[in-house]
Amino acid sequence: MKSALASLFSGLLFGFGLLISGLANPEKVLGFLDIAGPWDPSLALVMGGAIIVGLFAFAVARKRTLSFLGFSMKLQGQSGIDKRLIIGGLLFGVGWGISGICPGPALVGIGAGEMKSVVFAASMIAGMALFELVERARAGSSTQKSTGGWSTTAQE
Amino acid sequence: MIEIAWSNFTPWSALIGGVLVGLAAASFLLLNGRIAGISGILGGLLTPSAGDINWRIAFIAGLIGAPIVWMLVASLPPINIQAGYPALVLAGLLVGVGTRYGSGCTSGHGVCGLSRLSPRSLVATLSFMFAGFTTVYIIRHVLGV
Repeated sequence: MKSALASLFSGLLFGFGLLISGLANPEKVLGFLDIAGPWDPSLALVMGGAIIVGLFAFAVARKRTLSFLGFSMKLQGQSGIDKRLIIGGLLFGVGWGISGICPGPALVGIGAGEMKSVVFAASMIAGMALFELVERARAGSSTQKSTGGWSTTAQE
Repeated sequence: MIEIAWSNFTPWSALIGGVLVGLAAASFLLLNGRIAGISGILGGLLTPSAGDINWRIAFIAGLIGAPIVWMLVASLPPINIQAGYPALVLAGLLVGVGTRYGSGCTSGHGVCGLSRLSPRSLVATLSFMFAGFTTVYIIRHVLGV
């Protein structure tokens, strides 16, 4: 319950930030991504402002084993730079460049009642589901190979 | 070489909005002990496990609820989506697959990852920025759409 309330609060604040900054407006995002046209550097300041606050937050977080609400700090991420990271980033960037929309602004757009945001988000969730299915099928086929037996993982 | 669009440049609202995004990521991190990566929070709902659902839904509800709360007080800033529906479907699929395959998006890698000085997130951010700049260049200046 406590974590859900903290999440709701953080999500609201995040959404307000996206709205105020202009990141929720795809036209503005594309103005930033278009360096060959009249370039709008505003979004660099959004990233800069967010990272300045983030640097302090992570400096505090690194010294703690429990959050201020008493949850364990889940900071251990994956490490290492691999092909997946780069290919995933490139695919995401192409989609971002086509639309001017990344995941946060897509959700904010739904709340704003934009039909186009709903379509984008539905397609994005379908993409995420497709990723899970492919991952599962690959995990299934590798289990099958390694055990030499029949695996049901792929059909789950 | 680069021509700045001064009439579109909104430094103060960008900076204030950015600080709010940073505070949101900070509160999520320091209260819940988690990293505010939106694609990961949303994508994690597709393979749900017990005790791992409510906080994800609450965060997403906050994002969707923000413009609704805003509208109670003031009129919303513009949200202009120029892309047509076929382009949005294609872009959505690419963003969905890409953010999961690359384990993060603008929030997780771009804001949180860079804030924790993660080399991995720096590479991811450079990858999606490079692809974003190149895609817009091709669409606007090569294809002339």
